[in-house]
Amino acid sequence: MGEVRTHIISALVENRPGVLYSVANMFRRRNFNIDSITVGAVNGDLARMTITIKGDEKTVEQLVKQLRKLIDVVKVSILNPASAVSRELALVKINAPEARIRADVLHYVDIFRGHVVDASPETLIVEITGGPDKIDAFIELMKVFGIKELVRTGIAALSRGSKSIDVAFNTEEGET
Amino acid sequence: MTKMTGARALVESLKRQNVKVIFGIIGGAILPVYDALYDSDIRHILSRHEQCAAHAADGYARASGRPGVCMATSGPGATNLVTGIANAYMDSSPIIAFTGQVSTYSRSSSYAIGKDAFQEADIIGITTPITKFNYQVRSASEIPKIVRSAFYIATSGRPGPVLIDLPKNVQMDTAEMDFSSNIPFRGYKPVTDPHPLQIKRAAEILLSAERLVILAGGGVIISNAFQELLNLAEFLMAPVATTLMGKGCFPENHPLSMGHIGMHGNPAANKMILEADVLLAVGTRFADRSTGRIDTFCKDAKIIHIDIDPAEIGKNLDVDLPIVADAKKALSAIYAALSEKVSKPKENSEWFKKVKEAKETYEGFFSNNNGDLKPKILLKELRQLLPEDAIVTTEVGQNQMWAALHFKAIKPRTFITSGGLGTMGFGFPAALGAKVACPDRIVVDVAGDGSFLMNEQELACSVEENIPVTVIVLNNSVLGMVAQWQRLFYNRRYIAVKLGRVPDMVKLAEAYGARGIRVHSIEEFRKAVKEAVNSDVTTVIDVPISPDEDVLPMVPPERGLNEMLIG
Repeated sequence: MGEVRTHIISALVENRPGVLYSVANMFRRRNFNIDSITVGAVNGDLARMTITIKGDEKTVEQLVKQLRKLIDVVKVSILNPASAVSRELALVKINAPEARIRADVLHYVDIFRGHVVDASPETLIVEITGGPDKIDAFIELMKVFGIKELVRTGIAALSRGSKSIDVAFNTEEGET
Repeated sequence: MTKMTGARALVESLKRQNVKVIFGIIGGAILPVYDALYDSDIRHILSRHEQCAAHAADGYARASGRPGVCMATSGPGATNLVTGIANAYMDSSPIIAFTGQVSTYSRSSSYAIGKDAFQEADIIGITTPITKFNYQVRSASEIPKIVRSAFYIATSGRPGPVLIDLPKNVQMDTAEMDFSSNIPFRGYKPVTDPHPLQIKRAAEILLSAERLVILAGGGVIISNAFQELLNLAEFLMAPVATTLMGKGCFPENHPLSMGHIGMHGNPAANKMILEADVLLAVGTRFADRSTGRIDTFCKDAKIIHIDIDPAEIGKNLDVDLPIVADAKKALSAIYAALSEKVSKPKENSEWFKKVKEAKETYEGFFSNNNGDLKPKILLKELRQLLPEDAIVTTEVGQNQMWAALHFKAIKPRTFITSGGLGTMGFGFPAALGAKVACPDRIVVDVAGDGSFLMNEQELACSVEENIPVTVIVLNNSVLGMVAQWQRLFYNRRYIAVKLGRVPDMVKLAEAYGARGIRVHSIEEFRKAVKEAVNSDVTTVIDVPISPDEDVLPMVPPERGLNEMLIG
């Protein structure tokens, strides 16, 4: 076993019914444990998935090969965390019944460059965007005030610079 | 562009794919397709269980090298195919399964997908992990395109099963059909040409070898690379071991043949492969039953691994030189690279002498002195009785391993067995499929009583459809392989293995209108086989054998190939 760390994999897939199912099914069947998966259509008939997984190099290499074997998977690349931009969005509903608490929460929201997107007499919903570490840190802080519920989108990522694997937007070969 | 129903478009597409035979069972949700088949000259063979339709298509594909087609209705028809599809998936066999499905919508009733309609099953969801590709057709006009794609995907690259699910309304809808449109899969581009640099490096490694072994797997058979393998082996004077799936890709009566490796491999092959300094593995995935303990398998050898599936490289075993390519192309490229460097084939080397000695050492193991109805004697006799091009299928368990050990396969595609999934009940329907593909050749299913009884009902199909094959039932009234494990590893605590009063195989065969012969001596066996293979009706030869017989050698589970129990 090599060193275990988090890897980010970006995959362009045919935007057809059942594609997410076949990808998720393959992960389960091949015994891969993924941390997060995000998916959304990027242009008419293609969708992009961002998959994060903890594992050693060998595991990730095998995962990528198994992904490429799926007929509906068009392109796959492993993103190097050092040269990729990755972002996640979280919505956090925080207990804030008193003005003093609200002020504290708003202070931290400001520091983390979040936004308050909803307010009620008892609660605030904060939208926060960033790398997973930043979101982890924000959530830790908010636990002090009491979190009523939260949702995270999972990571979406692209490699920096001019490289692209998207066959619809250009024809340049991507990294592997 | 022609206007027709989805069902007719399917039949027309099958014709264009040169499909001659479909194995299947009809039912409500696939009725429109069958109705369209009524007007075609495609032969439909009515299996008696959908599992057997899939196995027969698989046997057809393995015997002929052409894709096999099976068909079933929705719900239970489709789910009954599952074992057959999984079996084809594990052994990379190109079959195309068509299933009926309830309609995508209905204006007048709840006979529609998602409504738990009569005989509805999510066969796409069920078969996703056991197909190379599956697809539910949503509109009739897609049919010509998707059938073309299905055959292309099933047969190219690493072959495998494809399932196409056909909702009933899609079969009945009329649309303009375009039979020439292209395959819309931009993510599917199998690599078949080897990288020239890797070939050059392979040639260098092969020439530096002192103790070279070639390990040939099922991929050599799939890519029809027999001649290329033979050329290379003879040029390098390299002994050839096969996997179970590779059996037959190299003539087992050739001086360089070592037989197959594995849990019940040929002892000489198991021994010598571990002494190799270079291993050229081609078309194999280093399955657990082939390698035994992976950390003791050829651990000091330089390993060259040729496979068409990039995901097989490094999946089970780390190798020194991977070559992603079609086996035939890679082997011929290596041969060409070698013959540029060296002018004449290698001479008889020390290594070849050692291999020969190892084979002689274990010769006693394969011979037998008395005339009992011992499985190994029977299988050796069978080889003598059958022509080289006869096709042998096997069931799974002791019968399979005895056949693998003692029946020498001389020609490719003459030994058909369920290797990966280990499906009991595979051999008989697969034999029927093989016989349909090769009607002029003799087809024999080597069976055990346990396995044969799992799909014995196909006797009805073989009689009614005039598909005469021979079934040799090694009858020990016990699930022999599991009993052997209980004997060896569970302190003889036999549970759930005794079959007790097994049906009378002769009467059983006769009940179906087939022929049954029971034999009690080797002479009777010879006579029965000669009669059976010349008969125009399927013949079951019942051979009572001892329930205490072990398959040896055996490498115990999780052990290395060097830890064989020879007995």
